[in-house]
Amino acid sequence: MSGDPGGQLTAGRWRAGSMLATPNSRGWAVAAVLLLIAVIFPQVVTNQVVTQIAVDTMLFVAAAVAWNLFSGFSGYISLGHAVFFGTGAYTVGIAAEKWHITGNMEFALLPLAALAAGVVAVPFGLIALRVRRHTFVVVTIAVFFIFQLMAFNLKITGGSVGISAPFLTWAPETFNIPFYYMGLVLAAGVALLSWLIRGSRFGLQLRAIRDDEDRARGLGVRAMRVKLAAFVISGVVTGLVGAVWLFFIGQVLPQYGFDPIFDLSVALMAFFGGFGTLWGPILGALLLEPVEQYLTLQVSNSYASELVWGTLFLLVILFLSRGVIPIAGEKATARRARRERRRAGQPAAAPPTAGSAGTALPGSAEAGAPSGRSTR
Amino acid sequence: MGRELYRAIIDGILYGGVYALMAVGLTLIFGVLDIINIAQGILVVLAAYLSYVLSVHLHLDLFLGLLVTIPVMFVLGVGIQVLFMRRLRGRERTSMSLLASYAVMIIIEGILYLGFGPDYVQLSAPYVNSSLHVLGFYLPYIYLYGFGMAVVLVAVLYLMLYRTTFGRSLRATMQDQTAARLIGIDINRVAALAFGIGVAVTAVGGMVFGATNAFNANSGYDLISRLLAIIILGGMGSIGGALAAAVFMSVTEAIVDIWSPTWSVVVFYAALVLVLTLRPQGLLGHREARAQ
Repeated sequence: MSGDPGGQLTAGRWRAGSMLATPNSRGWAVAAVLLLIAVIFPQVVTNQVVTQIAVDTMLFVAAAVAWNLFSGFSGYISLGHAVFFGTGAYTVGIAAEKWHITGNMEFALLPLAALAAGVVAVPFGLIALRVRRHTFVVVTIAVFFIFQLMAFNLKITGGSVGISAPFLTWAPETFNIPFYYMGLVLAAGVALLSWLIRGSRFGLQLRAIRDDEDRARGLGVRAMRVKLAAFVISGVVTGLVGAVWLFFIGQVLPQYGFDPIFDLSVALMAFFGGFGTLWGPILGALLLEPVEQYLTLQVSNSYASELVWGTLFLLVILFLSRGVIPIAGEKATARRARRERRRAGQPAAAPPTAGSAGTALPGSAEAGAPSGRSTR
Repeated sequence: MGRELYRAIIDGILYGGVYALMAVGLTLIFGVLDIINIAQGILVVLAAYLSYVLSVHLHLDLFLGLLVTIPVMFVLGVGIQVLFMRRLRGRERTSMSLLASYAVMIIIEGILYLGFGPDYVQLSAPYVNSSLHVLGFYLPYIYLYGFGMAVVLVAVLYLMLYRTTFGRSLRATMQDQTAARLIGIDINRVAALAFGIGVAVTAVGGMVFGATNAFNANSGYDLISRLLAIIILGGMGSIGGALAAAVFMSVTEAIVDIWSPTWSVVVFYAALVLVLTLRPQGLLGHREARAQ
C-alpha cells in the first residue's frame, strides 16, 4: 500500500471485502461451503414453493453481484439496470416467437440475450457516463422510463399484453430445479468474475475512479473506457438474468420486464450487504430476496408488501447504508484488537500488533499515516 | 393543420406552466440541499388525492382546498427532510438521499394504494369541464386557472428568493454551505424550509394535475420521470432552466401528439438524450457537478 493518505482513508471501506477477497483459506472455505450447500439444496428441499423462492433468490444474487460489479466498484449508482433485465427478457421472448422456437430449444437463445443487453449497454453508457454522481443516477432513471414506455408502445413488444415464452413440457414437481441450477451457475459465475475483476488492474482502475475520478484520469486511467467496459459486463449479465427469468416465469409484461422495483432491489441488496464489497451483494440478495418473495406470497395484498419493502429499504439506507459485512468486519477487528491489547497487557503495544495482522486497517491506518508522512 | 398546430402550442404552454411549478420545487430542493427528491412525483399524486378527499367528502372547492393542502404538503416536506434526509451523512450523502427519497416514494405509493385502491379517479368542478371561447379556440378554464396560479406562484417564489432576507440566505446556502454557515446562517433551518417549500408547490401541481388527468397511485412514476427530465434538460439547480424546459417539453409533446399520441412522450425523452449528448450540463446549467 502506498503512503497516500487518500488511499488509506478509503481503504477502510474496502477492508472487509478485501479480507475475504484475498485468496486466503478462510474466504475459499466459506465460498466452498456455501457452494456445496447451494448445490445440494434442491436435492434435500423439494417443497415447490421453497424451490421457487430459491430460483428467484439465485437470479437476484446474480443480478445484485452484476450491479455491484459496475456500481459498487466504480461508485456510479445505476438505477437503470432493469433496462438490461427487460432487454434480455424481451429479446429471447420475441426471438422465440418470430422464429417459432419451442420447448427446450429456447435455451439456445440465451447468448442472444447477452448480445442484445451488450448492444443496448454501449450507447446507454456512452450517453449516461458523460455525467457524474446524481446526474448519472437521474439519467439512468430517464433511460429506464424510455425503455418501459417503448415496451408499452411498440408493436414488436406486444404492448401491455407482453410476450410469452415457449411452453416447457416439464413435470411440475421438478420444474424449478433446472432453473435453480441455471441461476446458481450464473450467480457463481458472476461472483467469480467479480472476484477476478476486483483484484485485476481493471478493478483497481475502477476503484481509482470511484475514489477520485479526476485524479485517476490524471494518473492515466482511461476513465470512459474503463467505466463503459464495466457497465457493459454488468449489463450483459443482467440481460442473461432477465432471459432466464422470462423462461422461468413464462410471460413478460412491460411493468415487470422494466420494473422500477428491480432497480431499487438490486441496489438495496448491495447496500444492505456492503456496497462495493465482494460478499455484500451475495449476502444481501440471499437474505432479502427470500424475505421479499415470502412477503409477496404471504401478504395477499401486494400493496402492503410494497409498503413493508419500502420501509425496510428506508431503514437500511438510514441505519445500515455502510453494509452488514463492513460493519461486522469492523466490529470483529475492534474485538480482536481489544483482545490482543488485553493479552499484551499494555495499551501502547496494540496498534503495531493490529497493523501486523495485515487486514486490520482501522488500526493500521492510524499507525500507518504518521509513518507515511515521515517518509515523505 | 396550421390551426391544430396553434392549438397544440397554446395547450403546451398552458400545461407547461403547471409542470414548471412542480419542477421548480424539485430544482429548488436540489439547488439548496443537493438532494434529488425522487418522491416529488408521488407527492404530486398524494396532493391530488388530498384535493380529491376534500372536494368529495367535505365538498370544498378545489381552489379553497389549496388553503388546506398547501400547508399540509409543506409540513410533510419539512418532516421528510428532518426525519430522513438530515440523518444522511458522509461521502455518499447525495446518492443516499436519492435512494432514501426513492424509498419514501415507494412507501407513499403503498399507502395510497392501500387507501384508495388501483382505480383511476379525477377531480371535478364546474370549471373543469367548461371552456373559454376565444378567437375560435376552446380553452378549458382549469388550464387557464392552473396556468395563472403557476405564473403567480413562480413569481412569488422568485420574489422570495431575490427580495427577502430568507431568500438571500437560501441562495447563499445554494452557493456555498460552509461559507453560509460561517456568516451565521442556520443551515438546518434553511434546508428544512427549502424542502418544505419545494414540496408545498406539489399541492397546486397536484390539484391541477388531478383535475386534468385521471390518476391513481401509479401515476407518480410518469410524473417523476417527466420532472426529472425537465430539470436535467434545464440544467440541475437552474430555476429559469426548469421553466424553459417545462414549456419546451409540454409544447413538443402537444405538437407530436397531433400525429401520434403514443409517441409524444418518447419524442421528448429522445430530445433529452440528444441534448445530453451535446451539452451534458443541460440547456441552462453551468457545471455538470460541483467539485466536492
